[in-house]
Amino acid sequence: MSDTGTRTATPPAENIVLSARGVRKRFADTEVLKGIDLEVRAGEVLCVIGPSGSGKSTLLRCFNHLEHIDAGRIRVDGELIGYEQHGPSGRTLRELRPRDIRRQRERIGMVFQRFHLFPHRTAVRNVMEGPVAVKGRTRAEAERQARELLDRVGLADRADHYPAQLSGGQQQRVAIARALAMEPTLMLFDEPTSALDPELVGEVLGVMRDLARSGMTMIVVTHEMGFAREVADRVLFIDQGAVVETGRPDELFTDPRHDRTRAFLSTVL
Amino acid sequence: MNTDMNPHGTAAGHAQAGAPDQDDDLALRVTRRPRPGHWLAVLAAALFTAWLAYTVIVNPHLHWDVVVDHLFDGVILEGLWVTVQLTLISMAAGVAIGVLIAVMQLSGSPVLRLTAGAYTWFFRGTPLLVQLIFWFNLALLFPVIGIGVPFDGPKFVEWQTNLVITGFVAALLGLSINEGAYMAEIVRAGIQSVDPGQREAGASIGMSNRRILTRIILPQAMRVIIPPFGNQFISMLKTTSLVSVIAGADLMTVSQHLYLANFEVIALLMVASIWYLVLTTLASVAQHFIERHYTPGAAPLRRRVLGDLVPGRTGRAQGADRTPAKEGAS
Ligand SMILES: Nc1ncnc2c1ncn2[C@@H]1O[C@H](COP(=O)(O)OP(=O)(O)O)[C@@H](O)[C@H]1O
Ligand SMILES: [Mg+2]
Repeated sequence: MSDTGTRTATPPAENIVLSARGVRKRFADTEVLKGIDLEVRAGEVLCVIGPSGSGKSTLLRCFNHLEHIDAGRIRVDGELIGYEQHGPSGRTLRELRPRDIRRQRERIGMVFQRFHLFPHRTAVRNVMEGPVAVKGRTRAEAERQARELLDRVGLADRADHYPAQLSGGQQQRVAIARALAMEPTLMLFDEPTSALDPELVGEVLGVMRDLARSGMTMIVVTHEMGFAREVADRVLFIDQGAVVETGRPDELFTDPRHDRTRAFLSTVL
Repeated sequence: MNTDMNPHGTAAGHAQAGAPDQDDDLALRVTRRPRPGHWLAVLAAALFTAWLAYTVIVNPHLHWDVVVDHLFDGVILEGLWVTVQLTLISMAAGVAIGVLIAVMQLSGSPVLRLTAGAYTWFFRGTPLLVQLIFWFNLALLFPVIGIGVPFDGPKFVEWQTNLVITGFVAALLGLSINEGAYMAEIVRAGIQSVDPGQREAGASIGMSNRRILTRIILPQAMRVIIPPFGNQFISMLKTTSLVSVIAGADLMTVSQHLYLANFEVIALLMVASIWYLVLTTLASVAQHFIERHYTPGAAPLRRRVLGDLVPGRTGRAQGADRTPAKEGAS
């Protein structure tokens, strides 16, 4: 994380975990993403900021193919997400088989604004669900790993509690452990602290900070500018479905190049 | 009020000795205000019930000895067993069909949605009695049934429809297919009651649609499905009596056969009713416990957390039971 100096040079292609090229997405009559380009390198933390309704959640959901896209390409570890090239010239994209889509999603962890823990399962069962139901691990093995992960997010003593018995901050940390249990190469966070009481935000950000330090590649949609400033390697400002600017947090926060960025920052800082 | 003081209340006072006045306040017990109107209503209802029971019991036209004689009659018990079988099998099949139709209705495919819609439209829209008689007389429409190439192609196996479709089979077909149409609506409402975020959370860890349905969605939908399912089950116990029109050999059929022979119509209807009441009562008790098991958070979860701390009935008497003495004594 400290070698920011080398980051300014063009990285070798194999270091790129996620790349998006000209991603477009429309809902009925409105184009929500208007040609998004971005790259995220291994171990990098990218924070995505922007006004509500600018398309941040939709973009993240395209990254693990929870949404179809209308144009463009998304690659994770070099592999096209959700589609395969098709036709004589390979110029058309056709949706992958469900089985292949699921295999791709295994490597992409997602943390939702409203946690979406499985309410009928205890914390440890929530974390075990993916390894058991998807990876075919034995229950014993999955449980050992799940308890380890819960320990890592500081919830070893809450492993056998149901979500309803946990605070919002604890639930979100279980959700992070659930995503990590799939051993993803990329983690997506969609405003992970926006549904939390203010006093619970810190514990979740703390877990995310540790995760970033451990070298996880992360894309974090957030309104926590303090977190972005401290943890992000790069910040991307998106408005009305288009990338306005991107840069190191110290640059973007103190000296934004665009008026729209400046206007947005003045409302949140 | 003061005469009703709880003598144990003083146990709490040990901690703060030297404040006897406060001890008295803590010892006050909360009681209900007497409600004379309530008791009058209870009395009236009891009298009316007693009179009703009296007129039935002493009625010389109701031959209780015949009722008692037939209650455990072998033929009756066989019919009872058929009723139980019909109910269990057609409810199980109805649930399976219901889940299938519900999933089709919620699928992205217009063809599946239309097919499912047509199914519920038809089988909820025509009387069950008509459907039962139709299945029983299937041979009139298809004298033989078999497995082979459709559109009059070669057949591999064939059976005489009349031999396959017995009264019992026709009853099962009619009851299951009809129940499936109702269960579909119940299951659909259950599935739709689950937060769509649950599906996305499952998808995001790579779960297949089928696994998401069986491991994530349906268990949560149970809370919404179980109460109407219980009603359907109890209703089915009695609806099976309709199969008496197609010689279904159920409790009602055998009761009819008996009273057509010995003319003890009322007595045998009484025998049948007693058994139906036994079955529905058992089902209601089961329903109560199953519903409590699936109530979200409430029973199973709270029992897990507080089970050891709160003995006895938790739903009743707020303040009155929670004297500090009980905690102090244990
Ligand atoms: N499923 C959907 N159907 C129709 N419109 C949608 C849907 N999801 C999002 N939108 C619209 O797309 C725009 C971007 O939404 P979103 O990506 O959630 O923005 P953000 O996360 O930046 O607040 C909004 O105008 C929203 O109303
Ligand atoms: Mg959003």
